[in-house]
Amino acid sequence: MADLKMTSVDKIDVAYVAHLARLFLTDEEIRTFQGQLDHVVAYVKKINELDLKNVEPTSHAVMVQNVFREDVVKPGLSVEQVMSNAPATISDQFQVPKIVE
Amino acid sequence: MKYLTTIGLEVHVQLRTQSKMFCGCSSEFGAEPNTHVCPVCLGYPGAMPVMNREAVRKTIITGLMIGSKINEFSKFDRKSYFYPDMPKNYQISQYDKPLCVGGSVDIDVDGGIKRVAVTRIHLEEDVGKNMHFQNTSGVDFNRAGIPLMEIVSEPEISSPEEAFAYLLALKQILLYAGVSDCNLEEGNVRCDVNCSVRQEGQNEFGTKTEIKNLNTFKGVLNALKYEVVRQVETLESGGNICQETRRWDVDTGVTIAMRSKEYAHDYRYFPEPDLVPVVTTREQIEELQSNLPELPRYRRERFVKEYGIPEYDAAVLTADMSVAGYFEQAAKLSSNPKAISNWIMTEMLRLLSEKELDIRTVMITPSALAGLVKLTDDKVINSNSAKEVFAVLFDKGGDPNQIVKEKGLIQVSDSGAIEKFIEQAIADNPKSVADYLSGKEVAAKHILGQVMKLSRGKANPQLVGAILEEKLKVEKQKKNG
Ligand SMILES: [Zn+2]
Repeated sequence: MADLKMTSVDKIDVAYVAHLARLFLTDEEIRTFQGQLDHVVAYVKKINELDLKNVEPTSHAVMVQNVFREDVVKPGLSVEQVMSNAPATISDQFQVPKIVE
Repeated sequence: MKYLTTIGLEVHVQLRTQSKMFCGCSSEFGAEPNTHVCPVCLGYPGAMPVMNREAVRKTIITGLMIGSKINEFSKFDRKSYFYPDMPKNYQISQYDKPLCVGGSVDIDVDGGIKRVAVTRIHLEEDVGKNMHFQNTSGVDFNRAGIPLMEIVSEPEISSPEEAFAYLLALKQILLYAGVSDCNLEEGNVRCDVNCSVRQEGQNEFGTKTEIKNLNTFKGVLNALKYEVVRQVETLESGGNICQETRRWDVDTGVTIAMRSKEYAHDYRYFPEPDLVPVVTTREQIEELQSNLPELPRYRRERFVKEYGIPEYDAAVLTADMSVAGYFEQAAKLSSNPKAISNWIMTEMLRLLSEKELDIRTVMITPSALAGLVKLTDDKVINSNSAKEVFAVLFDKGGDPNQIVKEKGLIQVSDSGAIEKFIEQAIADNPKSVADYLSGKEVAAKHILGQVMKLSRGKANPQLVGAILEEKLKVEKQKKNG
């Protein structure tokens, strides 16, 4: 389990993050987003001016907890419906390029 | 040079639930491809996951069974990566606030007990399944979203055999807890293993490799055996171990480096915004704790103490929770638990496996078995007849006393009647008598068999033995005259 790369650095490595997200950016786009994201990070970092030693990180902004469903089976979609969304199918499965491990 | 081995295991266990983790699709195994899917488990934009209460409960129960601390505040996180079997391009998992932290599993090692520490247990969703065709692959999402519990051990396992013992012990606990069917054929339990070796005396761990997706315990054992030797040989010949992911090839019996996935380990976890936290109160945890089933190991030790049966018997009986339960019910009704254990370990388990039956649905009730043991102990029937009665009870059920009466199996212990049988057997078998008198002691056995036959199996064999000995002594005196 690797730590979030961004938490330890001041700057977001746009090219790296874009690669992880399979976004194909031009050099110019990378420069544009780098500038914009640097602004965002600088803005969020203002929070460091406060003493947050004893504050738990907020994971959820709403105060709701424990929203469960009971373990009951409900019908899903028909295989025809499901496959109608697939760009390519093979034997009622989503066809993808051959997976090589 | 001597090497030390360090192994850590990540065990993925499918929980026993009716529906998936975050949607109402069936978690049934073996359905036609893509028939148990919906917008949630297919990752359609806008579809909202809702947590399965039962899956959370079963994960907490597992934690309590192995002595984990249950996090009162737990949450789900998104683990991002791309793979065709992942419909959303992220998997809902747990990162820094898993449901269970710590705990341990005891394993048997060289006659002693070793305690293997568990780091954590978290809950996540399973991914889809790939099928490989000639030039393409297909993805079936029926499995995507099935609740999967990941049990992570500390790197405290020091041999492939220990890893195997750990898996067996863990599986037994999961079965006792009723949280998973642990059906390996259906892929209910899948393991990733980490393994490294280092020279004795060296403090820091060696470079580790990971072997992914082992779906049998034998596979884990064999893959690790191979990997340990491979690493030692690599080091011995001056090479280096690469930190990499390998896969086990069952057919060739070797581990092979997988095409390393670039940045594969940068999962960028962040809190799942579509799910709220799981908060479990002290009271809820205590409630679950007080209703926990007994750990197999404790039950085994208790059987030895409470029922005075040998360690070996207790291990056999507790291997399966239902068998253990059956034994205990019968033993409570009997003054001879060892005899109960003998019946179960021999006739019962043999017949169950021959007829492919489950002890939970057998015709012979625990009280009938206890009754049968009493009839034998009281010498009402002999052991041959007891086997006959057991067979009837196994097939049809009923009351052993009744069966003994109906079949006329009550043991003949009347010495007058037995003497008559013996006299007849001696008269009918002059050759055996002659053999005996000429020093062939075994010939007496044959005569005893004939006596039992004449009594149609009902004579008390001890009594027959004693009287026959007397009679033969007389014959001997006559001969030596
Ligand atoms: Zn679904």
